[in-house]
Amino acid sequence: MKPAAFDYHRPTDVVAALALLDAHGADGKVLAGGQSLVAAMNFRLARPGVLIDVNRIAELDYLRVEGGHLRVGALTRHAAFHRPVVDGPLGTLLSRVVEHVAHYPIRQRGTFAGSLAHADPASEWCLTATVLDAEISVRSLRGARSIPASAFFKGTFTTALEPDELITEIRLPLLDAGWRGGFSEFSRRAGDFALAMALAVLRVESGVIRAARLGIGGVADRAIRLHAVEAALVGREATESIFRAAGAEASRAVEPSADIHASSEYRRDLIAAMVARALAEAAA
Amino acid sequence: MNDRLAITLNVNGQSYPVTVEPRKSLADALREDCGLTGTHLGCEHGVCGACTVIVDGRPVRSCLMFAVQAEGLAVCTVEGLAEGEALHPLQRHFWEQHGLQCGFCTPGFLMLAAGAFEADPTIDEAEMIDVLSSNLCRCTGYQNIAKAVSLALQDMRAGV
Repeated sequence: MKPAAFDYHRPTDVVAALALLDAHGADGKVLAGGQSLVAAMNFRLARPGVLIDVNRIAELDYLRVEGGHLRVGALTRHAAFHRPVVDGPLGTLLSRVVEHVAHYPIRQRGTFAGSLAHADPASEWCLTATVLDAEISVRSLRGARSIPASAFFKGTFTTALEPDELITEIRLPLLDAGWRGGFSEFSRRAGDFALAMALAVLRVESGVIRAARLGIGGVADRAIRLHAVEAALVGREATESIFRAAGAEASRAVEPSADIHASSEYRRDLIAAMVARALAEAAA
Repeated sequence: MNDRLAITLNVNGQSYPVTVEPRKSLADALREDCGLTGTHLGCEHGVCGACTVIVDGRPVRSCLMFAVQAEGLAVCTVEGLAEGEALHPLQRHFWEQHGLQCGFCTPGFLMLAAGAFEADPTIDEAEMIDVLSSNLCRCTGYQNIAKAVSLALQDMRAGV
Protein backbone atom coordinates (compact mmCIF):
# COMPACT_ATOMS: atom_id res chain seq x y z
CA MET A 1 0.00 0.00 0.00
CA LYS A 2 1.48 3.31 -1.03
CA PRO A 3 0.29 6.88 -0.66
CA ALA A 4 0.28 9.05 -3.77
CA ALA A 5 3.62 10.77 -4.37
CA PHE A 6 4.28 14.07 -2.60
CA ASP A 7 7.04 16.57 -2.04
CA TYR A 8 8.46 16.49 1.46
CA HIS A 9 9.64 19.46 3.49
CA ARG A 10 10.96 19.44 7.02
CA PRO A 11 11.26 23.01 8.31
CA THR A 12 12.95 23.56 11.67
CA ASP A 13 11.24 26.80 12.64
CA VAL A 14 7.69 28.15 12.50
CA VAL A 15 8.41 30.94 10.03
CA ALA A 16 9.84 28.48 7.51
CA ALA A 17 6.76 26.28 7.93
CA LEU A 18 4.46 29.26 7.38
CA ALA A 19 6.36 30.23 4.23
CA LEU A 20 5.88 26.70 2.88
CA LEU A 21 2.17 26.74 3.73
CA ASP A 22 1.88 30.13 2.05
CA ALA A 23 3.67 28.91 -1.07
CA HIS A 24 1.70 25.69 -1.47
CA GLY A 25 -1.79 26.77 -0.46
CA ALA A 26 -4.42 24.07 -0.39
CA ASP A 27 -1.99 21.53 -1.89
CA GLY A 28 0.21 21.75 1.19
CA LYS A 29 -0.64 19.72 4.26
CA VAL A 30 0.91 19.86 7.72
CA LEU A 31 2.31 16.53 8.90
CA ALA A 32 2.42 16.37 12.70
CA GLY A 33 1.90 12.98 14.36
CA GLY A 34 0.45 11.64 11.14
CA GLN A 35 -1.65 9.04 12.92
CA SER A 36 -4.80 9.99 11.01
CA LEU A 37 -3.30 11.72 7.98
CA VAL A 38 -0.90 8.95 6.97
CA ALA A 39 -3.58 6.30 7.37
CA ALA A 40 -5.84 8.37 5.10
CA MET A 41 -2.95 8.78 2.65
CA ASN A 42 -2.28 5.03 2.65
CA PHE A 43 -5.88 4.55 1.56
CA ARG A 44 -5.48 7.47 -0.88
CA LEU A 45 -8.43 9.16 0.77
CA ALA A 46 -6.00 12.06 1.17
CA ARG A 47 -3.53 12.95 -1.59
CA PRO A 48 -1.67 16.08 -0.56
CA GLY A 49 0.92 17.18 -3.13
CA VAL A 50 3.21 18.64 -0.48
CA LEU A 51 3.80 17.51 3.09
CA ILE A 52 5.22 20.00 5.57
CA ASP A 53 6.61 17.92 8.43
CA VAL A 54 6.57 20.01 11.63
CA ASN A 55 8.06 17.30 13.86
CA ARG A 56 11.47 18.99 14.06
CA ILE A 57 10.18 22.44 15.01
CA ALA A 58 11.52 22.49 18.58
CA GLU A 59 9.82 25.80 19.43
CA LEU A 60 6.41 24.07 19.20
CA ASP A 61 7.35 21.33 21.65
CA TYR A 62 6.40 22.61 25.10
CA LEU A 63 3.81 22.28 27.81
CA ARG A 64 3.66 24.92 30.51
CA VAL A 65 1.40 26.67 32.99
CA GLU A 66 1.23 30.42 32.53
CA GLY A 67 -1.31 33.15 33.23
CA GLY A 68 -4.04 30.84 34.50
CA HIS A 69 -3.76 28.56 31.48
CA LEU A 70 -2.16 25.30 30.52
CA ARG A 71 -0.33 26.19 27.32
CA VAL A 72 -0.03 23.19 25.04
CA GLY A 73 2.56 23.64 22.29
CA ALA A 74 1.48 22.24 18.95
CA LEU A 75 3.97 19.36 19.07
CA THR A 76 2.77 18.00 22.41
CA ARG A 77 2.04 14.29 21.93
CA HIS A 78 -1.00 12.62 23.46
CA ALA A 79 1.32 10.51 25.63
CA ALA A 80 2.49 13.65 27.45
CA PHE A 81 -0.83 13.57 29.29
CA HIS A 82 -0.51 9.97 30.60
CA ARG A 83 0.57 11.41 33.95
CA PRO A 84 -1.07 14.63 35.20
CA VAL A 85 0.74 17.56 33.57
CA VAL A 86 -0.47 20.09 36.11
CA ASP A 87 -1.57 19.85 39.76
CA GLY A 88 -5.30 20.01 40.35
CA PRO A 89 -8.42 18.85 38.53
CA LEU A 90 -7.30 19.75 34.99
CA GLY A 91 -4.21 17.50 35.00
CA THR A 92 -6.22 14.65 36.51
CA LEU A 93 -9.01 15.03 33.96
CA LEU A 94 -6.63 15.13 30.98
CA SER A 95 -4.86 11.99 32.20
CA ARG A 96 -8.24 10.31 32.51
CA VAL A 97 -9.33 11.34 29.01
CA VAL A 98 -6.07 10.40 27.28
CA GLU A 99 -6.58 6.72 28.17
CA HIS A 100 -9.32 6.74 25.55
CA VAL A 101 -7.33 8.44 22.78
CA ALA A 102 -6.62 5.61 20.33
CA HIS A 103 -3.90 3.16 21.44
CA TYR A 104 -0.61 3.55 23.27
CA PRO A 105 1.71 3.61 20.22
CA ILE A 106 -0.63 6.04 18.42
CA ARG A 107 -0.46 8.28 21.50
CA GLN A 108 3.35 8.33 21.25
CA ARG A 109 3.17 10.06 17.85
CA GLY A 110 -0.19 11.79 17.59
CA THR A 111 -0.45 15.36 18.84
CA PHE A 112 -3.11 17.28 20.75
CA ALA A 113 -3.06 20.07 18.15
CA GLY A 114 -3.23 17.57 15.30
CA SER A 115 -6.40 16.08 16.78
CA LEU A 116 -8.03 19.50 16.81
CA ALA A 117 -6.90 20.29 13.26
CA HIS A 118 -8.19 16.92 12.05
CA ALA A 119 -11.55 17.50 13.80
CA ASP A 120 -12.78 13.92 13.89
CA PRO A 121 -16.29 13.98 15.43
CA ALA A 122 -15.20 11.19 17.80
CA SER A 123 -12.05 12.95 19.00
CA GLU A 124 -11.69 13.12 22.76
CA TRP A 125 -9.52 16.23 22.56
CA CYS A 126 -12.05 18.08 20.40
CA LEU A 127 -14.66 17.40 23.07
CA THR A 128 -12.22 18.47 25.79
CA ALA A 129 -11.44 21.72 23.96
CA THR A 130 -15.14 22.40 23.49
CA VAL A 131 -16.15 21.78 27.10
CA LEU A 132 -13.17 23.57 28.66
CA ASP A 133 -13.40 26.62 26.35
CA ALA A 134 -9.95 26.17 24.87
CA GLU A 135 -8.35 28.94 22.81
CA ILE A 136 -6.52 27.86 19.68
CA SER A 137 -3.62 30.04 18.52
CA VAL A 138 -2.91 29.92 14.81
CA ARG A 139 -0.35 31.68 12.65
CA SER A 140 0.19 32.40 9.00
CA LEU A 141 2.44 34.84 7.16
CA ARG A 142 -0.56 37.17 7.27
CA GLY A 143 -0.46 37.27 11.05
CA ALA A 144 -1.60 35.51 14.21
CA ARG A 145 -5.05 35.00 15.66
CA SER A 146 -6.70 33.15 18.49
CA ILE A 147 -9.84 31.15 17.86
CA PRO A 148 -12.15 29.99 20.67
CA ALA A 149 -13.07 26.32 20.46
CA SER A 150 -16.72 27.32 20.04
CA ALA A 151 -15.84 28.93 16.69
CA PHE A 152 -13.08 26.50 15.62
CA PHE A 153 -14.99 23.32 14.78
CA LYS A 154 -17.18 23.61 11.68
CA GLY A 155 -18.13 19.98 11.10
CA THR A 156 -16.66 16.58 10.29
CA PHE A 157 -12.94 17.08 9.45
CA THR A 158 -13.67 20.80 8.99
CA THR A 159 -12.33 23.70 11.06
CA ALA A 160 -11.88 27.46 10.91
CA LEU A 161 -8.22 26.97 9.91
CA GLU A 162 -7.29 28.58 6.59
CA PRO A 163 -5.03 26.56 4.26
CA ASP A 164 -2.02 28.78 5.05
CA GLU A 165 -2.51 28.65 8.82
CA LEU A 166 -0.67 26.52 11.38
CA ILE A 167 -1.85 25.80 14.92
CA THR A 168 0.95 26.89 17.25
CA GLU A 169 -0.65 26.49 20.67
CA ILE A 170 -3.79 25.50 22.55
CA ARG A 171 -4.62 27.21 25.82
CA LEU A 172 -6.77 25.40 28.38
CA PRO A 173 -8.02 27.43 31.36
CA LEU A 174 -6.79 25.92 34.63
CA LEU A 175 -9.44 24.52 36.95
CA ASP A 176 -9.06 25.51 40.60
CA ALA A 177 -9.41 22.96 43.36
CA GLY A 178 -13.21 23.40 43.62
CA TRP A 179 -13.79 21.74 40.23
CA ARG A 180 -13.95 18.03 39.51
CA GLY A 181 -13.95 16.39 36.12
CA GLY A 182 -15.63 13.25 34.87
CA PHE A 183 -15.38 11.43 31.56
CA SER A 184 -17.20 8.45 30.13
CA GLU A 185 -16.86 6.84 26.72
CA PHE A 186 -18.37 3.82 25.06
CA SER A 187 -16.65 1.94 22.27
CA ARG A 188 -16.92 -1.72 21.35
CA ARG A 189 -13.23 -2.45 21.85
CA ALA A 190 -10.50 -0.63 23.77
CA GLY A 191 -9.09 2.14 21.61
CA ASP A 192 -11.87 2.14 19.03
CA PHE A 193 -13.57 5.35 18.01
CA ALA A 194 -16.18 6.43 20.54
CA LEU A 195 -19.79 5.60 19.71
CA ALA A 196 -20.64 8.18 22.35
CA MET A 197 -18.77 10.02 25.09
CA ALA A 198 -19.43 12.70 27.64
CA LEU A 199 -17.20 15.09 29.52
CA ALA A 200 -18.43 16.91 32.62
CA VAL A 201 -16.80 19.40 34.95
CA LEU A 202 -18.65 20.29 38.13
CA ARG A 203 -18.21 22.58 41.08
CA VAL A 204 -20.11 21.00 43.95
CA GLU A 205 -20.40 22.67 47.36
CA SER A 206 -22.20 21.02 50.30
CA GLY A 207 -23.81 18.56 47.91
CA VAL A 208 -25.19 21.27 45.62
CA ILE A 209 -24.01 21.91 42.08
CA ARG A 210 -22.75 25.50 41.85
CA ALA A 211 -21.36 25.42 38.32
CA ALA A 212 -21.36 22.88 35.50
CA ARG A 213 -19.79 22.37 32.09
CA LEU A 214 -20.93 19.48 29.97
CA GLY A 215 -20.47 18.21 26.45
CA ILE A 216 -20.87 15.10 24.32
CA GLY A 217 -18.93 13.72 21.37
CA GLY A 218 -19.01 10.95 18.80
CA VAL A 219 -22.71 11.50 18.17
CA ALA A 220 -22.81 14.33 15.61
CA ASP A 221 -20.54 16.11 13.13
CA ARG A 222 -18.67 17.78 16.00
CA ALA A 223 -18.54 17.84 19.80
CA ILE A 224 -21.61 19.46 21.32
CA ARG A 225 -21.66 21.72 24.34
CA LEU A 226 -24.90 21.25 26.31
CA HIS A 227 -25.46 24.75 27.68
CA ALA A 228 -29.14 24.19 28.52
CA VAL A 229 -28.39 21.02 30.49
CA GLU A 230 -25.55 22.82 32.27
CA ALA A 231 -27.91 25.62 33.30
CA ALA A 232 -30.53 23.13 34.52
CA LEU A 233 -27.94 21.42 36.75
CA VAL A 234 -26.88 24.54 38.62
CA GLY A 235 -28.55 24.78 42.02
CA ARG A 236 -29.60 21.13 42.00
CA GLU A 237 -28.34 18.49 44.39
CA ALA A 238 -25.56 16.27 43.09
CA THR A 239 -27.48 12.99 43.14
CA GLU A 240 -27.82 9.99 40.86
CA SER A 241 -31.40 10.84 39.96
CA ILE A 242 -30.43 14.37 38.93
CA PHE A 243 -27.61 12.95 36.81
CA ARG A 244 -29.93 10.45 35.16
CA ALA A 245 -32.42 13.22 34.41
CA ALA A 246 -29.60 15.29 32.90
CA GLY A 247 -28.61 12.30 30.77
CA ALA A 248 -32.17 11.95 29.51
CA GLU A 249 -32.34 15.67 28.74
CA ALA A 250 -28.99 15.48 26.91
CA SER A 251 -30.19 12.58 24.79
CA ARG A 252 -33.18 14.63 23.64
CA ALA A 253 -31.07 17.69 22.87
CA VAL A 254 -29.49 16.21 19.73
CA GLU A 255 -30.37 14.10 16.73
CA PRO A 256 -27.56 11.52 17.00
CA SER A 257 -25.77 10.36 13.87
CA ALA A 258 -26.27 6.83 12.53
CA ASP A 259 -23.65 4.65 10.81
CA ILE A 260 -22.67 1.00 10.50
CA HIS A 261 -21.43 1.04 14.09
CA ALA A 262 -24.57 2.29 15.81
CA SER A 263 -28.07 3.47 15.01
CA SER A 264 -29.32 6.87 16.04
CA GLU A 265 -31.59 5.29 18.67
CA TYR A 266 -28.72 3.32 20.16
CA ARG A 267 -26.54 6.44 20.32
CA ARG A 268 -29.38 8.29 22.02
CA ASP A 269 -29.42 5.67 24.79
CA LEU A 270 -25.63 5.83 25.01
CA ILE A 271 -25.70 9.62 25.42
CA ALA A 272 -28.04 9.30 28.40
CA ALA A 273 -25.77 6.71 30.03
CA MET A 274 -22.49 8.49 29.24
CA VAL A 275 -23.73 11.86 30.52
CA ALA A 276 -25.05 10.35 33.76
CA ARG A 277 -21.77 8.49 34.33
CA ALA A 278 -19.55 11.48 33.56
CA LEU A 279 -21.58 13.65 35.95
CA ALA A 280 -21.47 10.99 38.68
CA GLU A 281 -17.71 10.70 38.29
CA ALA A 282 -17.32 14.48 38.47
CA ALA A 283 -19.38 14.58 41.67
CA ALA A 284 -17.65 11.62 43.35
CA MET B 1 7.81 15.41 -7.07
CA ASN B 2 8.62 11.79 -6.42
CA ASP B 3 12.33 12.53 -6.15
CA ARG B 4 14.18 9.92 -4.21
CA LEU B 5 16.04 11.13 -1.15
CA ALA B 6 19.32 9.74 0.14
CA ILE B 7 19.10 9.30 3.89
CA THR B 8 20.75 7.21 6.56
CA LEU B 9 18.62 5.11 8.86
CA ASN B 10 20.01 4.11 12.23
CA VAL B 11 18.54 0.71 13.02
CA ASN B 12 19.61 -1.43 15.97
CA GLY B 13 22.77 0.65 16.27
CA GLN B 14 23.78 0.15 12.63
CA SER B 15 23.78 2.72 9.85
CA TYR B 16 21.82 1.91 6.71
CA PRO B 17 22.30 4.38 3.85
CA VAL B 18 19.13 4.14 1.75
CA THR B 19 17.58 6.07 -1.10
CA VAL B 20 13.83 6.32 -0.78
CA GLU B 21 10.86 8.18 -2.11
CA PRO B 22 9.32 10.42 0.57
CA ARG B 23 6.15 8.32 0.41
CA LYS B 24 7.93 5.13 1.46
CA SER B 25 6.83 4.03 4.91
CA LEU B 26 9.41 3.28 7.56
CA ALA B 27 8.08 -0.28 7.61
CA ASP B 28 8.68 -0.78 3.89
CA ALA B 29 12.14 0.81 4.09
CA LEU B 30 13.10 -1.49 6.97
CA ARG B 31 11.97 -4.55 5.04
CA GLU B 32 12.96 -3.69 1.48
CA ASP B 33 15.92 -1.35 1.84
CA CYS B 34 17.50 -2.52 5.09
CA GLY B 35 16.61 -6.20 4.57
CA LEU B 36 15.14 -6.39 8.07
CA THR B 37 12.05 -8.47 7.39
CA GLY B 38 11.31 -9.17 11.06
CA THR B 39 9.00 -6.16 11.05
CA HIS B 40 5.68 -7.34 9.64
CA LEU B 41 2.99 -5.36 7.86
CA GLY B 42 -0.64 -6.23 8.43
CA CYS B 43 -3.27 -3.56 7.99
CA GLU B 44 -1.01 -0.68 6.88
CA HIS B 45 -3.24 1.89 8.52
CA GLY B 46 -2.24 1.79 12.16
CA VAL B 47 -4.82 -0.61 13.53
CA CYS B 48 -3.17 -4.05 13.86
CA GLY B 49 0.20 -3.13 15.33
CA ALA B 50 2.19 -5.86 13.53
CA CYS B 51 4.66 -3.21 12.30
CA THR B 52 5.38 -1.72 15.75
CA VAL B 53 9.02 -0.69 16.18
CA ILE B 54 10.76 1.50 18.74
CA VAL B 55 11.76 4.99 17.57
CA ASP B 56 13.77 7.11 20.00
CA GLY B 57 12.64 4.96 22.90
CA ARG B 58 8.93 4.90 22.07
CA PRO B 59 6.89 2.17 20.38
CA VAL B 60 5.30 3.48 17.19
CA ARG B 61 3.50 2.13 14.12
CA SER B 62 6.09 2.05 11.35
CA CYS B 63 3.30 2.03 8.71
CA LEU B 64 2.23 5.50 9.87
CA MET B 65 5.68 7.03 9.65
CA PHE B 66 7.62 7.78 6.51
CA ALA B 67 11.19 6.52 6.34
CA VAL B 68 12.45 10.08 5.74
CA GLN B 69 10.95 11.07 9.08
CA ALA B 70 13.21 8.59 10.87
CA GLU B 71 16.36 10.26 9.59
CA GLY B 72 18.60 10.98 12.57
CA LEU B 73 16.43 8.98 14.99
CA ALA B 74 17.28 5.67 16.68
CA VAL B 75 15.12 2.84 15.35
CA CYS B 76 14.96 -0.55 17.08
CA THR B 77 13.36 -3.56 15.42
CA VAL B 78 12.77 -7.11 16.58
CA GLU B 79 16.17 -8.07 15.10
CA GLY B 80 17.77 -5.86 17.76
CA LEU B 81 16.02 -7.43 20.73
CA ALA B 82 18.15 -10.49 21.46
CA GLU B 83 21.76 -10.10 22.53
CA GLY B 84 23.50 -12.57 20.27
CA GLU B 85 22.12 -15.99 21.11
CA ALA B 86 20.58 -14.79 24.39
CA LEU B 87 16.90 -14.12 23.94
CA HIS B 88 15.35 -10.97 25.41
CA PRO B 89 13.13 -11.79 28.45
CA LEU B 90 10.06 -11.03 26.33
CA GLN B 91 11.15 -13.46 23.62
CA ARG B 92 11.97 -16.13 26.20
CA HIS B 93 8.61 -15.88 27.92
CA PHE B 94 6.66 -15.74 24.65
CA TRP B 95 8.37 -19.01 23.79
CA GLU B 96 7.83 -20.61 27.20
CA GLN B 97 4.22 -19.43 27.60
CA HIS B 98 3.27 -20.24 24.01
CA GLY B 99 2.49 -16.56 23.41
CA LEU B 100 2.24 -17.12 19.68
CA GLN B 101 0.90 -19.54 17.16
CA CYS B 102 1.37 -18.37 13.58
CA GLY B 103 3.83 -15.70 14.71
CA PHE B 104 2.73 -12.95 12.36
CA CYS B 105 1.84 -10.50 15.13
CA THR B 106 4.72 -11.50 17.40
CA PRO B 107 7.38 -8.93 16.37
CA GLY B 108 4.82 -6.17 16.89
CA PHE B 109 3.84 -7.42 20.34
CA LEU B 110 7.47 -7.82 21.37
CA MET B 111 8.42 -4.30 20.29
CA LEU B 112 5.23 -2.88 21.80
CA ALA B 113 5.94 -4.33 25.23
CA ALA B 114 9.69 -3.67 25.03
CA GLY B 115 9.03 -0.09 23.97
CA ALA B 116 6.45 0.55 26.67
CA PHE B 117 8.92 -0.70 29.29
CA GLU B 118 11.69 1.41 27.80
CA ALA B 119 9.47 4.51 27.79
CA ASP B 120 8.43 3.91 31.40
CA PRO B 121 10.31 1.29 33.45
CA THR B 122 7.84 1.86 36.32
CA ILE B 123 4.89 0.69 34.19
CA ASP B 124 2.69 -1.68 36.21
CA GLU B 125 0.93 -4.82 35.10
CA ALA B 126 -2.50 -3.22 34.60
CA GLU B 127 -0.99 -0.45 32.48
CA MET B 128 0.90 -3.05 30.46
CA ILE B 129 -2.32 -4.98 29.80
CA ASP B 130 -3.85 -1.75 28.49
CA VAL B 131 -0.78 -1.26 26.27
CA LEU B 132 -1.24 -4.78 24.90
CA SER B 133 -4.76 -3.86 23.77
CA SER B 134 -3.03 -1.82 21.03
CA ASN B 135 -2.18 -4.84 18.89
CA LEU B 136 -4.15 -7.61 17.25
CA CYS B 137 -3.49 -11.35 17.44
CA ARG B 138 -5.77 -13.74 15.59
CA CYS B 139 -4.44 -17.00 17.07
CA THR B 140 -3.76 -16.96 20.77
CA GLY B 141 -6.78 -15.37 22.38
CA TYR B 142 -4.28 -13.02 24.08
CA GLN B 143 -4.13 -14.89 27.39
CA ASN B 144 -0.73 -16.40 26.73
CA ILE B 145 0.60 -13.11 25.41
CA ALA B 146 -0.54 -11.33 28.58
CA LYS B 147 0.99 -14.12 30.70
CA ALA B 148 4.30 -13.96 28.84
CA VAL B 149 4.51 -10.18 29.10
CA SER B 150 3.66 -10.21 32.82
CA LEU B 151 6.44 -12.70 33.53
CA ALA B 152 8.86 -10.80 31.30
CA LEU B 153 7.95 -7.57 33.09
CA GLN B 154 9.12 -9.11 36.38
CA ASP B 155 12.39 -10.19 34.78
CA MET B 156 12.92 -6.83 33.09
CA ARG B 157 12.35 -5.03 36.40
CA ALA B 158 14.81 -7.36 38.09
CA GLY B 159 17.23 -6.90 35.19
CA VAL B 160 17.40 -10.64 34.51
